[in-house]
Amino acid sequence: MANIISDETIEYVGILAKLELSGEEREQAKSDMGRMLDYIDKLGELDTTGVEPMSHVFPVQNVFREDVVTNGDEREALLANAPEQKDGMFVVPKTFA
Amino acid sequence: MTITDMTALQLAEAIRSGQTTAVEAAEAMLASIEAKEKKYNCYVTVDAQGALAQAKDVQARIEAGELTGALAGVPVAIKDNMCTAGLLTTCSSRILHNFVPAYTAEAVLNLQKAGAVILGKTNMDEFAMGSTTETSAYGVTRNPWNAEHVPGGSSGGSAAAVAAGECSCALGSDTGGSIRQPASYCGTVGMKPTYGTVSRYGLIAYGSSLDQIGPLARDVADCAALLTVIASHDEKDSTSIAREDTDFTAALRDDVKGMRIGIPNDYFGDGLDGEVKDAVLAAAKALEKKGAIVEHFDLSLVEYAIPAYYTIAAAEASSNLERFDGIKYGYRTKEYAGLHNMYKKSRSEGFGAEVKRRIMLGSFVLSSGYYDAYYLKALRVKALIKQAFDDAFAKYDVILGPVAPTTAPRLGESLADPIKMYLGDIYTIAVNLAGLPAISLPCGRDRKGLPIGLQLIGDCFQEKKLIQAAYTYEQARGAFPTPAEEVA
Repeated sequence: MANIISDETIEYVGILAKLELSGEEREQAKSDMGRMLDYIDKLGELDTTGVEPMSHVFPVQNVFREDVVTNGDEREALLANAPEQKDGMFVVPKTFA
Repeated sequence: MTITDMTALQLAEAIRSGQTTAVEAAEAMLASIEAKEKKYNCYVTVDAQGALAQAKDVQARIEAGELTGALAGVPVAIKDNMCTAGLLTTCSSRILHNFVPAYTAEAVLNLQKAGAVILGKTNMDEFAMGSTTETSAYGVTRNPWNAEHVPGGSSGGSAAAVAAGECSCALGSDTGGSIRQPASYCGTVGMKPTYGTVSRYGLIAYGSSLDQIGPLARDVADCAALLTVIASHDEKDSTSIAREDTDFTAALRDDVKGMRIGIPNDYFGDGLDGEVKDAVLAAAKALEKKGAIVEHFDLSLVEYAIPAYYTIAAAEASSNLERFDGIKYGYRTKEYAGLHNMYKKSRSEGFGAEVKRRIMLGSFVLSSGYYDAYYLKALRVKALIKQAFDDAFAKYDVILGPVAPTTAPRLGESLADPIKMYLGDIYTIAVNLAGLPAISLPCGRDRKGLPIGLQLIGDCFQEKKLIQAAYTYEQARGAFPTPAEEVA
């Protein structure tokens, strides 16, 4: 395997991905990601000098609309899905110590 | 003919002419679901009460002359990654186990406006990440042709429900083959439209630049009718395209005289099962007999589509799935220490292994230091792949090939080796990268009796050529059996 994923890398990716992996999951993730990257490295065989990255297949521009409200008050329906709510607001864990 | 045996268009006609009603149609489908669900598990949620209420309302409006569309009264199933107001929408994930949307996806709304009756929400691979429907948090779906085999994925529930007669037709979504491949494994017709043809508003995003909603149906005519209903320009989806002519049923013509069909040599190399190859080439011969000009050619770059796709799809998924954080909806972990720990634990407990794998990969390829080498490189390769298709469509109206290298694998054989599973997407995935339309329809069965799919790929906005070629082939092929006729 050409790509060896270090403990530091998997730790860093876990922070970016907001995922907490158990010891066993970490080892699996390291080996899976290494194998995937080995496979993706195949793209390096192609010379893409001068090729513009294509994020969208059609030449789309920003789509604008007038800044007017068209939807109604859906507060109750939206809050109903929250794991915790209070006084019309989402409850989150304390963010400042 | 019983209601569950009819095509959607036949059923709508029977309702229109008063031979049956929308309520009887819904009741018949619900009875079929009741009888078969234990075995196949096509649905995550069946909304029996809601379906009957919709059917009563639709029937009254048909009788009042308000609903005259081609699909009025037809019972349909919706893949569980499309939001339905008031009806549980899980994406087959634990993290959305209790999510009840406040609004309905535009494509589903279009169906409802046309008088279709929503029976429920179909099973899928979690967040549409998979090729077998085995990554669902709500159990596997079984293939109605052989319950020991997978239905394909990720729209496996929708494809199996159509095949099993648990709905008249269904909606799926296709990010890398997720409509076409299960359609192929289940002996149904499935279509991925040109990117932007069907609104993605209310479709829970996986890879936004690749995702497209499309129909799963019993035959090409139903597929065209369904696409005609769901295609629309929608301001709520900034990538939605205002198309001029979306009456796709006008293309249901038995005629391919002079149509130029190209067969990519690169789609018939190593890894393709011999029986699949023979059936697909026999379908090409049938079209040639009908007057099409069939040629073999080299498409090129085929082996680069999968690595480019998994880089781009994982990158987009890692960004799209950040919203599942245990705050506004879905699962929140029970015990945690502070905000960040709550995010991490909720996500780690709520997502399954395949979803985590792709989020991790996506986070990595987008991270500073690797962004250019992986993500931008994949976008450059995508441009080359699009160019290869542009060159092909300068010579051909339609590209013809297999949908998948094999017929449906047995349950439990695919997930152990992710890369091997990803390789099964080789013939479908480039279509999404290039934004093209493609259709899958049955062209035979293997020795075990499992269906084989034929794929036709068109240039952007050329759905009508695909439908015309598919319809012509279907006429030449003759009726394709249903599993109910074939499987005891």
